[in-house]
Amino acid sequence: MKKWWWKILCIVLLVYTLIAGLLWNNVPRLPQLNETIRNLYFHVCMWFAMMILFIISAVQAVKYLRTNDLHHDTRSREYATIGIIFGILGYATGAIWMSYTWVDPNRPAYESFSQIAKEPKLIGAAIALLIYFAYLVLRDSISDIDKRARIGAVYNIFAFAFLFPAIWIIPRLLPSLHPGGEGPGGVRTDNPALDFKALAPQMRLVFYPAIIGWTLLGVWITTLKIRLKALKEKTYLQ
Amino acid sequence: MDHNVENKVEGPERKNILTVMIKRTLLSILSFLICLTLFAQDSTAVPMADELRKNGKIYVVVAVIVTIFIGIILYLIRLDRKISKLENNNS
Repeated sequence: MKKWWWKILCIVLLVYTLIAGLLWNNVPRLPQLNETIRNLYFHVCMWFAMMILFIISAVQAVKYLRTNDLHHDTRSREYATIGIIFGILGYATGAIWMSYTWVDPNRPAYESFSQIAKEPKLIGAAIALLIYFAYLVLRDSISDIDKRARIGAVYNIFAFAFLFPAIWIIPRLLPSLHPGGEGPGGVRTDNPALDFKALAPQMRLVFYPAIIGWTLLGVWITTLKIRLKALKEKTYLQ
Repeated sequence: MDHNVENKVEGPERKNILTVMIKRTLLSILSFLICLTLFAQDSTAVPMADELRKNGKIYVVVAVIVTIFIGIILYLIRLDRKISKLENNNS
């Protein structure tokens, strides 16, 4: 365990997130959201971790194309994998959260679900995740090592470029129930998570450490996978 | 026709109208204040898990969650150590 200080930081921040996020009585009393506002420390952080891991993955892909060093290729692939896992977790937690806050109890369930299914944020995130699934399928289906690395890196950069319209631009231009973008009352909150006007200031004390903690956890798991893969390759060569 | 009638009001009747107006404004201010208190009640009436907090059972839940989380983290640390050992053996 070399350079272990950030792992301890990760554990401390996450334990703090769990305890303060669940117990600290400083969340605003909002109608409809009620106590579920605490999901901000978990659901939103999943997406943050996913985005940061995807950014690292794209940077590693660019590094591979510049240097032709295969280490960068495996790093790029593992960061993308863990990013996808965090994306799926974000989707699943969002599904749970929305079924308690967006679903209209006065209407039949399928009607409100058919409305929720049209949410631009859900569709955008689904498209982005599917494109990254395709990255894994494409990269792992090529058996030639150099070709695999090169095509994978190029496709990775394309997939990262597609995150911009799919997650960061289009959903924010369309009306949506989800915070961020044009709200139902025509109120603009431009960024779903980092909008300083919309987020209660006392919640940031837990929210920012939570983002850092969850992201570090993702990076930790990824480094484990990268090291394991390097070991495997070494044993194949011997 | 109504306009003409109003113009003719004088003396004691005019005083009456004044008192009525004062009463009405006072009443409206009072109702406004009542409204304010109602709003204040509404903002605190958003149901939160106050009861769960009061009887202290929430701590049990948090303790369970933190225990599970620490268990998973310990597993991750063990995995990290194992991989480090393998790396040292290989090189």
